[in-house]
Amino acid sequence: MSMVSETATAAAGRNTRSAGWWIVALAIGGILFALAFAPFLFDNVRSQQVAARICIFIVLVASYDLLIGYTGIVSFAHTMFFGLGAYGAAIALRGMGPGWDAVAVGTLAGVGAAALLAILIGLLSLRVKAIFFAMVTLAAASVMLVLASQLSGLTGGEDGITYRAPDLFKPATKLWLDADGKVATLWGVKLNGKLAAYYFVVLSCALLFAVILRVVASPLGTVLEAIRENEMRAEAIGYRVVAYRTGVFCLAAVLAALAGSVWAVWLKYTGPDTALSFAIMIDILLMVVIGGMGTVWGAVLGVTLMSLAQFYLKDLMEVAAHATGDLPLLPELLDPDRWLLWLGILFILLVYFFPKGLVGTLAGKERRA
Amino acid sequence: MTVSLSLSDLTIRFGGHVAVDAVSATFRPGELTVIVGPNGAGKTTCFNLVSGQLKPTSGQVMLDGRDISNWSPAARARAGIGRAFQLTSLFPDLSVLENVRLAVQAREGQGASLWRRARALTALRDEALQHLADVRLTDMAQLPVSALPHGDQRKLEVALLAAMRPRVFMFDEPTAGMSVDEAPAILDLIARIKGDPDRIVLLVEHKMDVVRALADRIIVLHNGALVADGPPDEVMALPVVREIYLGADAAAPEAMA
Ligand SMILES: Nc1ncnc2c1ncn2[C@@H]1O[C@H](COP(=O)(O)OP(=O)(O)O)[C@@H](O)[C@H]1O
Ligand SMILES: [Mg+2]
Repeated sequence: MSMVSETATAAAGRNTRSAGWWIVALAIGGILFALAFAPFLFDNVRSQQVAARICIFIVLVASYDLLIGYTGIVSFAHTMFFGLGAYGAAIALRGMGPGWDAVAVGTLAGVGAAALLAILIGLLSLRVKAIFFAMVTLAAASVMLVLASQLSGLTGGEDGITYRAPDLFKPATKLWLDADGKVATLWGVKLNGKLAAYYFVVLSCALLFAVILRVVASPLGTVLEAIRENEMRAEAIGYRVVAYRTGVFCLAAVLAALAGSVWAVWLKYTGPDTALSFAIMIDILLMVVIGGMGTVWGAVLGVTLMSLAQFYLKDLMEVAAHATGDLPLLPELLDPDRWLLWLGILFILLVYFFPKGLVGTLAGKERRA
Repeated sequence: MTVSLSLSDLTIRFGGHVAVDAVSATFRPGELTVIVGPNGAGKTTCFNLVSGQLKPTSGQVMLDGRDISNWSPAARARAGIGRAFQLTSLFPDLSVLENVRLAVQAREGQGASLWRRARALTALRDEALQHLADVRLTDMAQLPVSALPHGDQRKLEVALLAAMRPRVFMFDEPTAGMSVDEAPAILDLIARIKGDPDRIVLLVEHKMDVVRALADRIIVLHNGALVADGPPDEVMALPVVREIYLGADAAAPEAMA
């Protein structure tokens, strides 16, 4: 009896959107709008920097979600692939000068190296236990980090590499001239190289994100989920599980490397802290958990929330500490130096109240067939 | 191409325990073989050896004259060996329809495709819906499997096998855990499959009325060894079979009588 009514409500729930779904859709829509028009909405350099980083990390986190959320592969090497793309572009831009040929060569080399390494790691260790695979990726990422700091002639070691981006992205570049021959403005924003650089990031990331959405909506996406759900049965109905795992690991590596090289072009600097460190890997993990594993769209929310907290929580606490200056204890707790503590608390609360992540908990999962 | 399947001296040991002991048998297309034996006789283990979840310690599984003993389960599935599991083994977080579609999709070689045209996808989906209708699960198509009652999960288990359209069907106690009014749909489905002269059907089943209605041949396993193999009437009359059932399983004699 109760089974029947439960079934009926579940069936009805599939046809109507829940309130949670609308909240998530609106939030994501708002974020995407803000990212698409960031130069026109926020006029300081810092917010554009934050917006660009959010774009890059959405791709990075969504591609990681293909592994951890969709296929059930735990890897700690995602930053390594990101770094290969970034260092590829960085080394080529420094060596060949700031041209598109350098971007192309560097990206190809970085992406090629990432793909090769992913296939190697995948074939060697994806047939064994998940925990062993996770260890191998951890080892590989550590080795890469050591290599990057040792081969300082190539990578700049701990200092990293500074270089110039293609001329199109120079702030002095005029994309459009007005009647006086000066750089034209649109809604008060100069149409210069800086703007071009931002839209290079936005469009590249939009393209990569679209690829990820395509993958999860395709027949392949369902197979990946099947492997996560029940590897033995997936194999028994005819899917070569190891081949699929290796394939998706390689795909995620390529996507991360591409995001890395876009990041390198935008930053005009590449070093361990921006492209290779384990701190980035931890950020990715936290972001995917906050957004919701196995949702892809969760990446948008997870990355944005986490980035805003990382960039602005300190400022916010500064204000709060001042405002509560007369009260006992509170200013002490709200001291900007304690921002990491508050970030931690925020994270714990989010995980507690949204165990499947924001998107997973609020919007559930839409089942297709 | 007609299918042929044979086991020769098939043996698997777990430590000192011989779970399947030198079993030899040849299966012919158009024939339904029921495999019986008390609990722990080695029926499921035998299935695992044929569908590839386990590799034999010695002996061979031959399909169409080729030794497939060391093939992966996926390779065997693609070669036409299909298996439904005694312990339901599904994709719990996916919808009922997606579960079946995955099996159709695997058979059609569409696992890795990113760019299927909408019409081709619709064809996969329509076929999946047909398989769901065959086991009376149409109403449940959009639900996640984990929301299904046990009996319906058993039906889905069979639908997945049917969706593979294998040349060798292996059912491991398909109606166990189903209510009396659920089982007939599954038995009808098996009877229909049995009517196809190009298929081999292997069925592990305890209920004697089912065995009588469907079996062309019965194989009896006991302690991993094949102790009888032949037409139902003959096998049932053998003293050794009666002895096994009288000795090992108190409930069985009435059923066998
Ligand atoms: N993976 C395994 N490891 C160890 N022993 C096993 C394994 N699988 C099955 N067995 C043993 O093999 C014997 C046969 O089991 P099984 O094939 O499941 O019997 P049946 O299906 O006929 O009831 C049992 O004694 C069981 O404990
Ligand atoms: Mg069994």
